[in-house]
Amino acid sequence: MGIEAVVLLFVVGLFLVGSAVIFAHFFAPKSENHSKFEAYECGIPVRDGAWMQFNVGYYMYALIYLVFDVEIVFLFPWAEVMHDMGTSAFVEVVIFFAVLGLGLAYAWKKNALKWQ
Amino acid sequence: MNLYDFSSLTQSIHQGLSAMMAPAWVTVTEMVLVGVVFLLFYALVGLALVYIERKVCAFIQNRLGPNRVGPYGLVQTVADLIKLLFKELLMVHKADKFLFNLAPFIVIIASFLAIGALPFAKGLQALDLNVGLFYIISVTSLTVLGILLAGWSSNSKYSLLGAMRSGAQVISYELSVGMSLLTIIIFSGSMQLSVIVDSQADGWWLFKGHVPAFIAFVIFLVASTAETNRGPFDMAEAESELTAGFHTEYSGIKFAFFFLAEYMNMFLAAALAATVFLGGWQPLHFGGLEAFNRVMDFIPPLVWFFGKTFALIYIIMLFKWTFPRLRIDQLLTLEWKYLLPINLVNILVVSWVVLKGWHF
Repeated sequence: MGIEAVVLLFVVGLFLVGSAVIFAHFFAPKSENHSKFEAYECGIPVRDGAWMQFNVGYYMYALIYLVFDVEIVFLFPWAEVMHDMGTSAFVEVVIFFAVLGLGLAYAWKKNALKWQ
Repeated sequence: MNLYDFSSLTQSIHQGLSAMMAPAWVTVTEMVLVGVVFLLFYALVGLALVYIERKVCAFIQNRLGPNRVGPYGLVQTVADLIKLLFKELLMVHKADKFLFNLAPFIVIIASFLAIGALPFAKGLQALDLNVGLFYIISVTSLTVLGILLAGWSSNSKYSLLGAMRSGAQVISYELSVGMSLLTIIIFSGSMQLSVIVDSQADGWWLFKGHVPAFIAFVIFLVASTAETNRGPFDMAEAESELTAGFHTEYSGIKFAFFFLAEYMNMFLAAALAATVFLGGWQPLHFGGLEAFNRVMDFIPPLVWFFGKTFALIYIIMLFKWTFPRLRIDQLLTLEWKYLLPINLVNILVVSWVVLKGWHF
């Protein structure tokens, strides 16, 4: 099977979740109770929602991740032709990695990889 | 060795169907067949993995584990599934209803799309793209979208914190997963999974690739354990800190789908490691031992594939039940200050080895 298998798998996944949720919708019991539909907070009354401003300590990692993930996308086609291209491909990737390693070292030096 | 070639089976099914009906209907019937087989396979492996995990956990904690429902408790997970199907579906009143319902769809569909591309045996592969490995990496990273949506849309503090942790963890370890698979692409010169498996007919890359392949294998195991949010890296749903992390507010069958997706992602990680590093469905061969190789050839490829996969799954389960949970800063340090630099050097070593032709 060719690329149409992607569509097939998508539909099968949709069917699995959809049918089970619809089944539960019809056959599962329902009852109304105010505290049942509040967010779980270990039994104490809920204070405010969760949609507020707070410091996401991970955003620096996300930025560095963006850089490296794009680099990896560039590396995949290189890896495929590495075998045939030989020395020139190797020299190029050494230069590429030198720049990349410099970037990582800079981020490291600037404490971007430190938890705070 | 064409003793167990599945392409003849699929061809005969195709011919048999063609004799009976019009070409358009043949395609539809085949699609439905493949879909049903995948659905059954998915459910079966998911249920089996939950059972195996509970038994492994019990073994390590010196308990019996499930042993009441059916022989050896084998039907326990089926009973649990039926119970979850008939549970009330709760939703927080202040939640974002559309995204809350969308999240389980995304996680399940992402794992379905990835598992379809696995080569189970020769000719037994639904989706054989020439960028197969790249496709699997990109599709599995959709899971984090579902996790973030689930955590944010619940409007619960535990869920939000769990989702944020999970996001940071999954995207970090995705780099290591990609880079460790890159070494094998350099060795085999192809991203197509069937070609990668074929290139291991005379020996698995774990053995043919010397030390760098072994390093890549270890990194892949660690990184994919972290990417699937499993312990000791299960910060996203650390029970003692965050109740249940991103799926705190989910109940009934929707909760079951997050659980199922996690287990299927573990299966996917183990199957991918088996395919890329341990030869997939290729039997174990040693150079020079002709008689031994012949005997190994008679073991069916499906047995080889699932044997390797479940051996790796057992190792991943042992990780969870024997190591203490890491702290989030230790986790990110492990990735960014150890695995990533080691991976970069490892790729250079691999390309040098390939350049010199030192691999077998």
